[in-house]
Amino acid sequence: MKIWVPLDSAAKALGADAVAEAIAREAAARGIDVQIIRNGSHGMVWLEPLVEVDAGEGRVGYGPVTPADVPALLDGRLNSLGPVEDLDWMRRQTRLTFARCGVIDPLDLDDYAAHGGLVGLRRAIGMDSAAIVDEVTASGLRGRGGAGFPTGIKWKTVAGAVADQKYIVCNADEGDSGTFADRMIMEGDPFTLIEGMAIAGLGVGATRGYVYMRSEYPVAIDVLERAVVIARQRGMLGADVLGSGRAFDMQVRVGAGAYVCGEETSLLNSLEGKRGTVRAKPPLPALEGFLGKPTVVNNVISLATIPVIFEKGAQHYADFGLGRSRGTVTLQIAGNVRRGGLFETAFGMSLGEVVNDIGGGTLSGRPVKAVQVGGPLGAYMPVSKFDTAMGYEDFDAAGGLIGHAGLVVFDDSADMLAMARFAMEFCAIESCGKCTPCRIGAVRGVETIDRIAAGDPGAAALLTDLCETMKDGSLCALGGFTPYPVMSALTQFPDDFATHKEAAE
Amino acid sequence: MQSTAPALLPTSPAPEEIRDVIAPLTALEGPLLPMLHAIQAVWGHVPQAAVPVLADVLNLGRAEVHGVISFYHDFRDHPSGRHVLKICRAEACQSVGGTAMADAVLARLGVDWHGTTADGAVTVEPVYCLGLCACGPAAMIDGRVLGRVDADRLASELEAAG
Repeated sequence: MKIWVPLDSAAKALGADAVAEAIAREAAARGIDVQIIRNGSHGMVWLEPLVEVDAGEGRVGYGPVTPADVPALLDGRLNSLGPVEDLDWMRRQTRLTFARCGVIDPLDLDDYAAHGGLVGLRRAIGMDSAAIVDEVTASGLRGRGGAGFPTGIKWKTVAGAVADQKYIVCNADEGDSGTFADRMIMEGDPFTLIEGMAIAGLGVGATRGYVYMRSEYPVAIDVLERAVVIARQRGMLGADVLGSGRAFDMQVRVGAGAYVCGEETSLLNSLEGKRGTVRAKPPLPALEGFLGKPTVVNNVISLATIPVIFEKGAQHYADFGLGRSRGTVTLQIAGNVRRGGLFETAFGMSLGEVVNDIGGGTLSGRPVKAVQVGGPLGAYMPVSKFDTAMGYEDFDAAGGLIGHAGLVVFDDSADMLAMARFAMEFCAIESCGKCTPCRIGAVRGVETIDRIAAGDPGAAALLTDLCETMKDGSLCALGGFTPYPVMSALTQFPDDFATHKEAAE
Repeated sequence: MQSTAPALLPTSPAPEEIRDVIAPLTALEGPLLPMLHAIQAVWGHVPQAAVPVLADVLNLGRAEVHGVISFYHDFRDHPSGRHVLKICRAEACQSVGGTAMADAVLARLGVDWHGTTADGAVTVEPVYCLGLCACGPAAMIDGRVLGRVDADRLASELEAAG
């Protein structure tokens, strides 16, 4: 009998380790032969720990499972969910990047290869640099970290640069609240990230890569580090990648708790061992990046999507999507929501459909008040904007940003003035200090919002003016985008600001 | 750790001890953060004595080394309590009552953020996202992740941890 119990952080946070121990103990007591596989999560966090059992007739899901359920689970008496792939949540998805996540043993390279892994890398080995870059460009893939910059163009710049050493740097500093796609793929299918980085290396002529991972992800660090060792032992990394005669190797580096290091130039400074302050651009990291050398800096999901593009072809990927947002978006549905988790689908679904239909509305059962899309620097979207389609341009037109595609749902008990204040407070705590609009502006922002709360009638105009300055004058997205949550709260939810004012009068 | 209260006195290892810890990392590209993590893994904080050693090994100014240490939230200049409780303060956890939960925990332990309980058992730190945004409020005790927590649950987890 085979039993899958996720090692994913969310599953662990909900008791998966205790369930796995209970299964091992109970199986030993009964003298039955059980193979426990610690897989990634399928992404249905509300069903975690989601355990799958294959007693010879295929994998059947159960969840959420507690240690007390284990005897019934082994007896076959526990109510099952049926095969996981038949669940509505799974059937409605287009799983390209996350196709293997939850399905395979994350640290079994043969299992990986049996599910389409390494096909892309082998194909890329047979292509020259220009053809690899063209394939990425043709897929329409845009940076999934938030900025949405076309990945192929970035690669082309690095490929065209002449240098004795180039680098691939993976930005795994996933600090945005409401996002966990990077964590999930690194825990559930780490070889796909390694494969994507190796293809990037072949494409631009880089032989060394780094994954800069946040220290808040101990499980992902552990899984990815073990995967890198296995990949090296099996010849997927090293001096002769899969017998190609070409070299690529990589290391995992751990950050130290600075949100701003998710910004690519701060990240590069941090990787070099410096304070994680933002660098002015130009020079572009593509030309002068890590240690001053040409560097591709891509998000985890961007790089983890490369293998499937090479496996199935750029056109297959580009055939999904909406307008200039091609392929799939890995939505992370979070916060006060009934069914939270990872949902991968073609760009184009409306925000309302994601929140109400996929997510099932709020966990509290109260009406939805706002959804923050795109992390702490994303706008609060009111219900009146629920027809906005999930796409880079569509969100831009609606005054928001899709960012890393995390959605945090709030019910009607949310105080939007408090959320606006928190956005400024967070910016003040995490500002790298390099530019004045962010360093000083965030502190003044907190004070100004406190004045609004205290009933100062002129403070709202001052806040608006301050946000304009931060937006136009900041060096990076931390100071530049903090006005999104602040101003969206102020303009979309004026009652929350007025109530305080009137109460004080 | 055989510590008796007060648990938070910084240690002052000899320069040779520090050199031994960082020696295997000198060949890395951009070695300072890995070195600081290694030092903190051994002593539970980055002792002041490490600054001149790092400056010497990496050919940096002491001020530069200090600047790096003080920039990052993770590096401490004194040891933590026996256990570190990190509570997420970010938006997704706020949306499910994280702020009230955190306030209750702090009140119960009698500390503020970054504080350590009088018996040296627990240091409480804020964290801005653990990536557990669909099962908040989230927390972490000594690297072990916890989802859908409330103040009672955290109290019993801390008690079990000792």
